[in-house]
Amino acid sequence: MGRAVSPSSGKFKPGDRVRVRTDDRPGHIRTPWYIRGKTGWIERTYGEFLNPESLGHGGNGLPKRTLYLVAFNQTDVWGAPQAPKDKILVDIFEHWLDRAA
Amino acid sequence: MSDVPSDAHGHDHPKHELSYYAKRIYAIRDLLLEKGVITDKDIQCQIEYQEARSPANGAKLVARAWVDPVFKTRLINDPKRACAEIDIDATSINEFVVLENTEKVRHMVVCTLCSCYPRPILGRPPDWYKSLNYRQRAVNDPRGVMREFGLVPDDGVEVRVHDSTADIRYLVLPLRPNGTEGWSEEELAKLVTRDSMIGVTDALPAATLK
Repeated sequence: MGRAVSPSSGKFKPGDRVRVRTDDRPGHIRTPWYIRGKTGWIERTYGEFLNPESLGHGGNGLPKRTLYLVAFNQTDVWGAPQAPKDKILVDIFEHWLDRAA
Repeated sequence: MSDVPSDAHGHDHPKHELSYYAKRIYAIRDLLLEKGVITDKDIQCQIEYQEARSPANGAKLVARAWVDPVFKTRLINDPKRACAEIDIDATSINEFVVLENTEKVRHMVVCTLCSCYPRPILGRPPDWYKSLNYRQRAVNDPRGVMREFGLVPDDGVEVRVHDSTADIRYLVLPLRPNGTEGWSEEELAKLVTRDSMIGVTDALPAATLK
């Protein structure tokens, strides 16, 4: 898979297992509900980006946040049996991720 | 400002009854013009820019990648540079990522939160892409969605659904159809559909053209 961005030094590295936080707060949030609380792994580090949770409310988006491509097994997300190899990949900011066992 | 468009100022407004949001957007446009924030020419330029963006851009990229392996590598490693090379303006995309389909892995793109879409490459998204139905089912039943587009991926194929939630815009590089050896870029581009670059189906078969 290609990308034009150079990875920066985020907290996580490709392969690390992570769990998406289950925070529920008002405002412009780019972490979909269906993926909160789910465990997957870091596929890629995309680098630092302006924080949409600030931009969405007229802020300057700073400090920038590290954005990752996070992979999840379909079966881990939905429980119900899916094609075993199928994946969901979501772009998630670092402050929405906790390290998982 | 008036709450219904008037014809008193140089450009025409639609004559039929306008919806609430249409009235509001025309009122905002008129205010911006009156206050000198933008000009009629700015609006015209923007309309022309929006209309110039279409799946033909994506088809050109894909067809070139099919015939030129060096270009394909560049398209995957540095998509914006590859676009610039063939005069496609992708500068408004924050980050552009190309997902290559293979015999073993296929990709499909959705934005479950809204309708993020690589507009400079594919133009405006189709209505179905923005529908709640697609946005929900793309993530929890991708193979069912593909089936409705006429595609049945083999059980052994890995389906990777990308939920485009942030600043990355994704384009799927579909597989080159069988039986197209020796075809020109222009001919190949005709097989590259918008839907194949969203990843819900394949490029058209060779028999469509010849």
